[in-house]
Amino acid sequence: MLEYISIIITAIFVNNIVFAQFLGICPFIGVSRKLSSAVGMGAAVTFVMIIATAITWILQDLVLNPFGLGFMQTIVFILVIAALVQMLEIILKKIAPVLYSALGVFLPLITTNCAVLGVAITVVQKGMNLGESLVYALATAVGFTMAIAIFAGIREQLAWTSVPKAMRGVPIAMICAGLLAMAFMGFSGIKIG
Amino acid sequence: MKSSLVNMVLSLGTITVIAAAALAGVYTATKEPIEQAKIEKQKAAIGQVLPDIQFNNNPAEEAAEITVDGETVTVFPARQDGELVGMAVESHDNNGFSGLITVMYGFSPAGDITGFAVMQHAETPGLGSKMDEWFNNPAHTIVGLNAATSNLTVSKDGGDVDAITAATISSRAFLRALTLANQASQQFATCQ
Amino acid sequence: MNDKLKILFNGIIAENPTFVLMLGMCPTLGTTGSAINGMSMGLATMAVLICSNVVISLIKNFVPSKVRIPAYIVVIAAFVSVLQLVMEAYVPSLYATLGIFIPLIVVNCIVLGRAEAFASRHSVIDSCLDGIGIGLGFTIALTLLGAVREFLGTGKIFDLAIYPESFGSLVFVLAPGAFIALGLLIALFTKLREKSC
Repeated sequence: MLEYISIIITAIFVNNIVFAQFLGICPFIGVSRKLSSAVGMGAAVTFVMIIATAITWILQDLVLNPFGLGFMQTIVFILVIAALVQMLEIILKKIAPVLYSALGVFLPLITTNCAVLGVAITVVQKGMNLGESLVYALATAVGFTMAIAIFAGIREQLAWTSVPKAMRGVPIAMICAGLLAMAFMGFSGIKIG
Repeated sequence: MKSSLVNMVLSLGTITVIAAAALAGVYTATKEPIEQAKIEKQKAAIGQVLPDIQFNNNPAEEAAEITVDGETVTVFPARQDGELVGMAVESHDNNGFSGLITVMYGFSPAGDITGFAVMQHAETPGLGSKMDEWFNNPAHTIVGLNAATSNLTVSKDGGDVDAITAATISSRAFLRALTLANQASQQFATCQ
Repeated sequence: MNDKLKILFNGIIAENPTFVLMLGMCPTLGTTGSAINGMSMGLATMAVLICSNVVISLIKNFVPSKVRIPAYIVVIAAFVSVLQLVMEAYVPSLYATLGIFIPLIVVNCIVLGRAEAFASRHSVIDSCLDGIGIGLGFTIALTLLGAVREFLGTGKIFDLAIYPESFGSLVFVLAPGAFIALGLLIALFTKLREKSC
């Protein structure tokens, strides 16, 4: 149990996917102008990340490893994620239209979200078992959602401030992200268990 | 080009097969060099941690796995005409600042530390990543200490070693790996 | 001839992937702790970009439009895997340093973006030039960011000491400095571009 708690705390705070690992920066910058869309993106990423990690982990364990096909990892994982996102879009549309209308617009963007592929590769590299992998994926996604939601809150306020012309838009957002990353460094070194 | 089921399946299938075949080809071609590179790295590290010791065997061929407190480390014995003259030990610790660190340490049969080489780590750049530089610096080096007579913990914990400034956790992990390596080398030496 | 040069330079200034299009931010931030790492990452991406651009413009007429994106992804992923194997074999320490960002070239928006926006509608030679141009633009941006961070953080550029390390502010090598340095560089680039227009 302690192991899982340690994974969760590490993935959310200590080794936050955006602020410490630099993954998923594109949606972090691109979809963080409004708090509501940021939360939607976070939910969509959570959804896809957990399912993608489960499928890729099982594929690695049952297909790639026994047949010595480790070198095909990149190509197989990205195809699985791309196909999964497409299928989810179709399935959600049919069986859960409410969820689809909430997450639908974000789904196509997730294929090229490096956080999803990054987590799938990381859990294999770290040799986690299926349970640990799923907990890690969930915690990472929660960390991502938290990061993008906090950031969107800041950017909503930023819209009302007067910023030097050249700094408007992405540059000032980057500097805010830098300050946030600095705040997150306060968590570094925390160990549980 | 217009899409029909047949040409969609055909074109995607062809591309995937060609890609997989090309990849398999490159994999076969690079398999040897990749393994060679790993062996070279290990060999270089062994030479680096046993700098002043003459040996004429191939330590990598005589590698032995030693288990201490449930952790398995690899001992590479260096011999001159069959006599044990030094040991390189590849040890690790899971509680570095960012997880796993792997270090190769060198010991004389008497337990003197002859050198070390950091093989793998993810410590903070500029802080914990300075292990190599810091512990080789004559002001606070571990090289030359005797693992049996020195207290190999950081001075904050009452030991004989100065921790890297602002990177006590990395230093502790480094020293834990060292202690583990030392125990393994002692265990190995007594079995000879 | 002029047209070709235009394609080449387009990627370096007018459509610089980092400072103008703002694509591929993950490796931009994640691998620029030093100038040499940034440059290596840029060159690795450039290699994949040139190869995938050439192949995609070769096959563009044989791929049905509905499955073109998956087809492009397969091509790109194949080149990335080749790059992974080659790097592991011949430059293992660099491969270890860049780590997960090498396989993640697959999801770098620049590569797929150029495939879709350029290579799928232009000739092989033009696509190759576009790959070189955009690749160079990316490499220059990453090297510059790496050099700035290394200089402010450790007082070195390309491992060459300019001022003593103890005067450096380490935060620029760490995560927060990546965001701040990139933000300031983008602002500077925007300002300079505005002036020159």
